Amino acid sequence: MEAFREKIPLEQLYIKRAKNGKINIKSGNKIDLVTKWTIAVLTLLTVLAFFFFDYTGLSLERAIPETWHNLKTMFLEPSLSHFSWGEAMYQIGVTVGLGVLATVIGAVIALFLSFMAAENLSKPWVSKTVRMVMAFIRAVPTVLWVLIFAIAAGLGSEAAVLGMLFHSIAYLVKAFSEAFEEVDNGILEAMRATGSNWWHIVTHGVLPSTFTYLLSWTFLRFEINFGVAVAMGAAAGAGGIGFELFMASGFYFDLREVGFITYAILIIAIVLEMASTRLKNRYFPASVRN
Amino acid sequence: MKEKTIRKSRWMTTIAFIIIIGVTYFSAVITDFNFIEGALTFPAAISWIASNLWITAETWERLPAILTKLNETIFMSIAATTLAAVISLFLGLMGSQTTKVNNIFSVIARFIASFSRNIPVVAWSLILLISFGQNSLTGFLALFVGTLGFLTRAFIETIDEAGHSAVEALQATGATYSHIVSKAVLPQSLPQMLSWILFMIETNIRSATLVGILTGTGIGYTFDMYYKSLNYNAVALVTFTIVITVIIIELISNRIRKVIL
Repeated sequence: MEAFREKIPLEQLYIKRAKNGKINIKSGNKIDLVTKWTIAVLTLLTVLAFFFFDYTGLSLERAIPETWHNLKTMFLEPSLSHFSWGEAMYQIGVTVGLGVLATVIGAVIALFLSFMAAENLSKPWVSKTVRMVMAFIRAVPTVLWVLIFAIAAGLGSEAAVLGMLFHSIAYLVKAFSEAFEEVDNGILEAMRATGSNWWHIVTHGVLPSTFTYLLSWTFLRFEINFGVAVAMGAAAGAGGIGFELFMASGFYFDLREVGFITYAILIIAIVLEMASTRLKNRYFPASVRN
Repeated sequence: MKEKTIRKSRWMTTIAFIIIIGVTYFSAVITDFNFIEGALTFPAAISWIASNLWITAETWERLPAILTKLNETIFMSIAATTLAAVISLFLGLMGSQTTKVNNIFSVIARFIASFSRNIPVVAWSLILLISFGQNSLTGFLALFVGTLGFLTRAFIETIDEAGHSAVEALQATGATYSHIVSKAVLPQSLPQMLSWILFMIETNIRSATLVGILTGTGIGYTFDMYYKSLNYNAVALVTFTIVITVIIIELISNRIRKVIL
C-alpha cells in the first residue's frame, strides 16, 4: 500500500467527497442514477396526468358513495334475473371454450414458429424476422385484432378465436423460443456429430427436455386467455359470460346480476390461478418464475 | 432413467394429449367454432385488411384529434400504474413473509391483491362506469384496481425472493422495522420492482384501449367511433399510432431494464 501511494501523487488519487467530507460511495453508479431518474420521470408524468384528464360529467361527491352502494349491492346480494343457472353455466362454458381454443391452436402454431425464432435452431435472419413480426402483433391490443377480424369474418366465435390467437401465438413464441435457447448446446452438438438432421435434433434433443416446460407455459397462457375471453365478450360481442356482464351492467342496470356474474368469473379465475401457481412452483426454476 | 420410468412418462404424455384433444373438441362444440371455416376466414380476413386498412391522405387530417386522445390514454396508464405501485409497495411489504408486521395484515394484503386481480378489468370498468360516468377517471380507476392486484402479487414475490439474510443481519444489529425496509429490503428489490412497473405500463396502454372502448374514454373511444362509422382508413391510423406508442414504450423500458437488472 505504501509503495503504491508513493508512485501516485495525492492529487491524482481522486476521491469524491460530499460537502461534509464524507466519502461519496454512490458516485458513478449508473444503476442508481437510472433508477432515480425513472422514478422521478414517472412521478412527474403522474402529476401531469391529472391535468390532462377529461373530467366531463364527473362529480366525486356523488360518484364515490354511489359506487360504494353499488359494490355493496353487487357483492352482498348477487342473484340472477334475466337468465337461469343452466344458461349461466353454459355461458361460462362458452367463455372457457374460447380460451381453450385460442390457447390450444395458438400453442400448436407457436411451437412451429418458435423453432424458427430460436437462435440455436434456425438461421439468424429467419429468427430476426419472426421476432419482429411477433413484436408487431403484440403491440396491437387483442380487442383491436378481434374487432378487425369481426369485420371480415362476421361476429361469431371464429373472429374471436382468430383475434385471440394472434396474441397467444406472439406470447407463446417468445416463451417457447427462450426455452429452446436454454437447451444445453452440448446435446445439440452431440446429435449433430452423429449426423442427425434438423428434425431429429428437434424431436429427440430439444422437445423431450423442454416438454413439461412448454405445457406449463401453455397453461399460464390459458389463464390469461380466460380473462381475455371475458373481455372480448364484453367489448367485441364474442358471446359468453363477458357479453352477459356487458348486458347486465350496460342495458339492464341489474347490479345483482352483475354481482353474480362477477362472482362466477372470480371463482374460475382463482381456481386457474391456484393451478398455475402450483405448476410454476413445480416445473419452473426460480430464475424464470416471473 | 430406467426403462419403467420412461414408459410411464410416455403413458402420461399420451393421456395428456388425449385430454387436451377432448377438451378442444368439446370447446369447439360449445362455442360453435368450425375449424375449417376458421381456417378459411383467416386468408379472407388478411386480404380484407390488406385492401381496406390503409391510411389515406385525408385521414392524416384527423391525426391531431387522435393524438390528443392517445396522449390522454398514455397519461392514464402511467398515472394508474405509478399510483397503484405506491399502494402495492405497502401491501407487498405487509404481504411478504420477510417483512410482514403480523399475520392478519398479511392475509388482508393477499386477499385485496387476489380480489382486485382476479376480477377482470372489464368488470371493474363496467361497474365504475355506472356511477363515475363517461370520463377519464373511470378508465383510470379501472386500470388502477387491476394494476394494484397484479403489482402487489409481483412485489410480494420479489421481496420474498430477495432473500432473508440481509434482513436477518440488520435484525441482529438491532435495526428498527423502517431501517430494515429502507436499507435491506428496498435496495435489493427495487430494480425488479421497477421492471414490473415498466411491464405494467406497457400492458396498461393495451388494456386502456379495451377499457376505453367500454367506458367511452381515450383512444379506445376514438377507435370505437371510427369503427362503428365504418371509417376504416381512420381505424388504420388509430391502430398505427397505438402500435408505434407501444413499441416506443417497450424499447424505452427494455433499455432501462438492461441497465438496472
